[in-house]
Amino acid sequence: MNTTLLTTRDLSIGYHHKVLLTGLNLSLSAGKLVCFMGPNGVGKSTLIRTLAGLQKPLSGSIKIEVNFKSPVSVVLTDKVHLFHMTVADLVTLGRYPYLNWNARLTSADEDVIKQSLDQVNMLSMANNFLHELSDGQYQLAMIARALAQDTPIILLDEPTAHLDLNNRLEIMNFLRQLARTMDRAILVATHELDLALQTADEVWLAGNNKKILSGIAEDLVLNGTFDEIFGLKGFDLKTGRVMHHSFRSRAVRLLGEGYAYRWTRNALERDGYEVNDAMGSPTVSVKGSVNTYEWSLDDQEKFTSIHELLHHLSR
Amino acid sequence: MKWTINKRLILLGFILFLTFILNLSLGSVHIPLTSVIEILIGKSTSNDAWNNIIWHFRMTKALTCILAGSALSLAGLLMQTLFRNALAGPDVLGLSSGASLAVSLIFLGSSAGFSIGVLSAWSVVSAASLGCAFIFVLVMWVARKLRDDTALLIVGLMMGATASSIVSVLQYLSNANDQQAFLIWTFGSLGGLNWTEILILAVILVAGVTTSISQLKSLNGWLLGDLYAGSLGIKVKLARSVMIFCACILTGAVTAFCGPIAFVGLAVPHLCRMIFKTHDHKLLIPAVVVGGSTLLLLCDIIAQLPGNDYVLPINAITALIGAPVVISIILQRKRIAI
Repeated sequence: MNTTLLTTRDLSIGYHHKVLLTGLNLSLSAGKLVCFMGPNGVGKSTLIRTLAGLQKPLSGSIKIEVNFKSPVSVVLTDKVHLFHMTVADLVTLGRYPYLNWNARLTSADEDVIKQSLDQVNMLSMANNFLHELSDGQYQLAMIARALAQDTPIILLDEPTAHLDLNNRLEIMNFLRQLARTMDRAILVATHELDLALQTADEVWLAGNNKKILSGIAEDLVLNGTFDEIFGLKGFDLKTGRVMHHSFRSRAVRLLGEGYAYRWTRNALERDGYEVNDAMGSPTVSVKGSVNTYEWSLDDQEKFTSIHELLHHLSR
Repeated sequence: MKWTINKRLILLGFILFLTFILNLSLGSVHIPLTSVIEILIGKSTSNDAWNNIIWHFRMTKALTCILAGSALSLAGLLMQTLFRNALAGPDVLGLSSGASLAVSLIFLGSSAGFSIGVLSAWSVVSAASLGCAFIFVLVMWVARKLRDDTALLIVGLMMGATASSIVSVLQYLSNANDQQAFLIWTFGSLGGLNWTEILILAVILVAGVTTSISQLKSLNGWLLGDLYAGSLGIKVKLARSVMIFCACILTGAVTAFCGPIAFVGLAVPHLCRMIFKTHDHKLLIPAVVVGGSTLLLLCDIIAQLPGNDYVLPINAITALIGAPVVISIILQRKRIAI
């Protein structure tokens, strides 16, 4: 378990005379999902391309520790605009490293293609054209193509960009599961903090000093590295909440528990109230269970929604 | 993706055959279709003149149509794949202008005060290919700098315009005879080739088709872009050079012998993608070869204005047919993609 598949030694990457990242000593291991994070323009795509061997490093070396015909597959940000290319055609391209000059598929190849489509739940869409797919389906198809290439290492550049929350979660969860069950080393470049924090086994963090810090996400949160690099504005990473300014200069005491308490507090804080436990402030209490709740103010007025409560408070 | 015998390809091949026969049987001298077939299958006919016309005039022209149509369409396909741009084509990105410039240097150079090479079939072919290659390499270089298709097309058009204006200057400086010879060359002509020239064209076409087929994987992989192609184990630099070389010799040879023929290279790959509904070069390469031949034979039939003594410049006809095709494709899809 956890065999190291790829290591870099004193790697510097960038273009011509512009060094983007330098002094990189990183490694990718089988079974681990690594999220590579950093602000836009820090060199995430460049590192992916360099690790995949598509771009020459400025100095240093990249060593693939295993002997595979095709060790690295990629999912890049370039969108492919093609008419008349089906999902199956796209995934078939993933088999190209194994095919002879005229790209004839063996039945084993066809099995791998089917399997890859099945893994991303797109077997039923195999004959759909690429331009008919939604953004999420398109990303899954590109991932299926990488799977068909059957590589121990998969590098993905912003695979969740332009996707809604649901699709983002689906893809990240799928990648994590893939790393574990198929024992792949997966590197995902992303700038989406929340997703990375919740899915990554390890985080690589690229900052302003052209270095990459790596570690467990939670450690990097607690020691303030995330805050420093992202220069978070109005988001408290340690509590995982957006910070609010209590502009109404009024305090509200809130009683309740569970989800109802959490979301009522969220609404009050967003609307500019300071929520505390001090006696003497107007007291809001929330009661109820699954899907039906009731709010009351100082045990007098009753409300059936947070909307009504806020409306009343603001008068 | 197997080498399946495609029914549509067979049908297109049949249409090519019919167009070929039709092309042979039409011209300023009326020869009945039955006689044409008799002459073709070697039966002796009483009319020696007809025999002569078919074998020495119409056959060379029809074969030129087939060779030039195939070569230009294949060059267009290669370029559209290489640039991943639907508007790429020999005439759009300034290739034809580059070839024109090189050929004009040979045609007009001596009377403009300097002399480059001797006017011969091979020297014109080499010059045209080099002219193509020069513009192509320039365009590729800009393409790598820009990574923006629209900007690239504009640059291609500008290079074409620059080449054309240099040609204009040369024309201004040269004498009337050379000018006329060059002007007639620019109209495009399919009828002026002798058997040696046809053979050269055939050799180049066979080389182009063979090389393209050997690059099947590169071409299909290239559809995803050169980065993905590289990640699929395709030798990107080699593949790019081979594609450029092929597109240049194909365009160069045709342009040298037949003049800058517009639109065939741009329109045929699109028509083939529409008919065959595929992106797979395994099918597209034979399809554009057959389709390009058919289209140019058809254009030639129209250019002869059947039953008339006049022959229109082929370039006028290809543009007349090609332009509406491209416009209709864009209108149909609201956008244009390969």
